Amino acid sequence: MALVRLTRAIDFSTSLRYRHPDLSEAENRRRFGRKAAQHGHNYRLEVTLRGEPDPVTGMVIDLKDLQQVLDREIMERFDHRDLNRDTAFFEKQPPTPENFVIVIHRLLADALPSGLLDRVRLQEDPDTWVELLDEAQP
Amino acid sequence: MIALTRRYRFPAAHVLAHPDLSAEENALTYGKCANPAGHGHDYGLEITVTGEVDAETGSIVERDALDALVSERVLDRFGHRMLNEDPDFRERVPTAENIAVVIHDALAAPIAAAGARLVRVDLHETRRNRFAYGELP
Repeated sequence: MALVRLTRAIDFSTSLRYRHPDLSEAENRRRFGRKAAQHGHNYRLEVTLRGEPDPVTGMVIDLKDLQQVLDREIMERFDHRDLNRDTAFFEKQPPTPENFVIVIHRLLADALPSGLLDRVRLQEDPDTWVELLDEAQP
Repeated sequence: MIALTRRYRFPAAHVLAHPDLSAEENALTYGKCANPAGHGHDYGLEITVTGEVDAETGSIVERDALDALVSERVLDRFGHRMLNEDPDFRERVPTAENIAVVIHDALAAPIAAAGARLVRVDLHETRRNRFAYGELP
């Protein structure tokens, strides 16, 4: 059967600051520079699934269902929110794109039908992005 | 696997001509790119690295360190320059393929020294041509 990859993109806007709770304001500033101050990004998230098209519907997944998962797991949690104040993911770790993409990958892997998630690409600004892919996948 | 990509740009001039070939042969091989007066591009450069995410910094590699390294080894070296005058392009025609390889080889060791692994270089020569070199497909 033919293995097909499909990618859906969403955009969301979020504020954040890099900080570790055990460090003082000055120490955070020293470690993380200007990113220790609250700032924001227009993130673009590209989610790639891979699977065999259903013999009847011809789809790997109904894009409406995928969008519902993205709305619930990503948009409602992160869009026009503050990553530090409005979520619990970054109490112990800074919201670098690396840490953020790992959080997103876990949320989506848990929410999507098992085995479908191929990779997640998170673009923080036009010049910076991270990609997380499952090495076990073909 | 987690990979981080940063995008940079540099404007540079070049002539596509091999010193051992005649002007006619170069014109035949490279067409208008062989114009001996030169021409140039705004090159777009994407550097992709992998590695462990450091628990303290949350990063594969310190962003400022990577940027400084790329500036020093690539952007300052090639930006606003005639590429054919660079020692690496005396014997080697500065096609985008060769530029991508030279950039990869100039960055691999310093990026390794910074604690990450260079897995891919993408060089955009124009909005219509891009060239990739590295272990990451």
